[in-house]
Amino acid sequence: MKLCQFVIACVVLFSGIVAAAGPQESPKGPESNSVYAELKKAPEKYRSKANPLANDADAVAAGGILFEEHCEECHGKEGMGGKKAPSLRAEEVQSSPPGAIFWILSNGVVRKRMPVWSKLPEPERWQLVSYLKSLGTAAAGSKSQGKP
Amino acid sequence: MALLLLSLPTYSQENPYIVAYDHNLEEPGSLEVEYFSTFGTQRGGSDFHAYWAELEYGATAWWTTELYLDGQTTFGDSTVFTGYRWENRFRPLKNEHLINPVLYLEFENTNGADKILKEVEGHDVESDYAEPNALARQERTREMELKLILSSNYKGWNFTENTIATKNLSNEPWEFGYALGASRPLAMKGAAHRCNFCRQHFVAGVELYGGLGDRYSFGLNNTSHYLGTGLAWNLPTGWTFRLEPTFGLNDKSHQFLLRWGVSREFSGFGSMVSELFKGRRE
Repeated sequence: MKLCQFVIACVVLFSGIVAAAGPQESPKGPESNSVYAELKKAPEKYRSKANPLANDADAVAAGGILFEEHCEECHGKEGMGGKKAPSLRAEEVQSSPPGAIFWILSNGVVRKRMPVWSKLPEPERWQLVSYLKSLGTAAAGSKSQGKP
Repeated sequence: MALLLLSLPTYSQENPYIVAYDHNLEEPGSLEVEYFSTFGTQRGGSDFHAYWAELEYGATAWWTTELYLDGQTTFGDSTVFTGYRWENRFRPLKNEHLINPVLYLEFENTNGADKILKEVEGHDVESDYAEPNALARQERTREMELKLILSSNYKGWNFTENTIATKNLSNEPWEFGYALGASRPLAMKGAAHRCNFCRQHFVAGVELYGGLGDRYSFGLNNTSHYLGTGLAWNLPTGWTFRLEPTFGLNDKSHQFLLRWGVSREFSGFGSMVSELFKGRRE
């Protein structure tokens, strides 16, 4: 293969990648414009999943440590929100089924800079869900309610 | 360097692979600084110690870019800088699937003395590495390397398969290679207390990689293959240590490679840089 053919092939490949991974179309309507709209996209199969660690006494404490290690940098201390990512103490998150939060953790929202956390084993993701649910709702900027 | 000091070290959950890639990309805005080292035995020549420094940056949640600087010391010969590589990984699908593709595109500008064995492709065999550095470094290699990474996270395990296609830009044939990996943390649940030695911080794995010939002679004939068993230790302070003893699987392969690496992840690096260029700090 000649060099120019190779370069053209690379350019086409790269353009395809960028097009495929480019920004999503803006969702319609006030509901879907919310930063929390992704939670509503969780499939029913996940929404109906119960947290298998709901009765695990250590899950909240372990989830709190995982949160500090992986999430706090963007979502702020105790999930109060930061410059890069929204509050996890909002009603939209706290009233979501545990399975929907688990689904977001597993899939990320890669077009909006939320990484995929499937590299954490499932039990660790459920520990994170336990912790997030233990925080309860709070207006951004107010003191936290839950702590591991 | 000052930006690195201002950035926050953050915990990273890394797999123990040295050669294989999985589909987990760098977190957006995070910078990982890495050093990797390979000690290799050499029949018909002197043993060597090859090493590379790596800067890995999460440009977005679907794009990670990396710069490598390579060098090596051949015992009884000399120490030489052997070139650089620029690598990009793209995640085309937005959701997690049973098998997750990642597209990999790399430009390499190295010389013939390069021995880091970051991947094995074509008819790379042990005897290629026996040449003295003074002669080997005269050969320039400019290559484009493409990989299709197919990776799955399933019940705590990671399974990955990398298909490699490399094109030397000086009109040489396409060369092919492969890398397979499997890994698993030693514990599935996080501990309820802070610890450095808890089992969930250790990830054990195995990887198999080798060449598959080129466009004109595809197959296993005159190719080298390796099997490595590795362990990664991910410290909550942001440091990761990897160790992987690797064994050659045929007489075309180096008999033994000892590979290890140390890395540290800094979150918020991208924000620090952008604030620097805006001329203000919040």
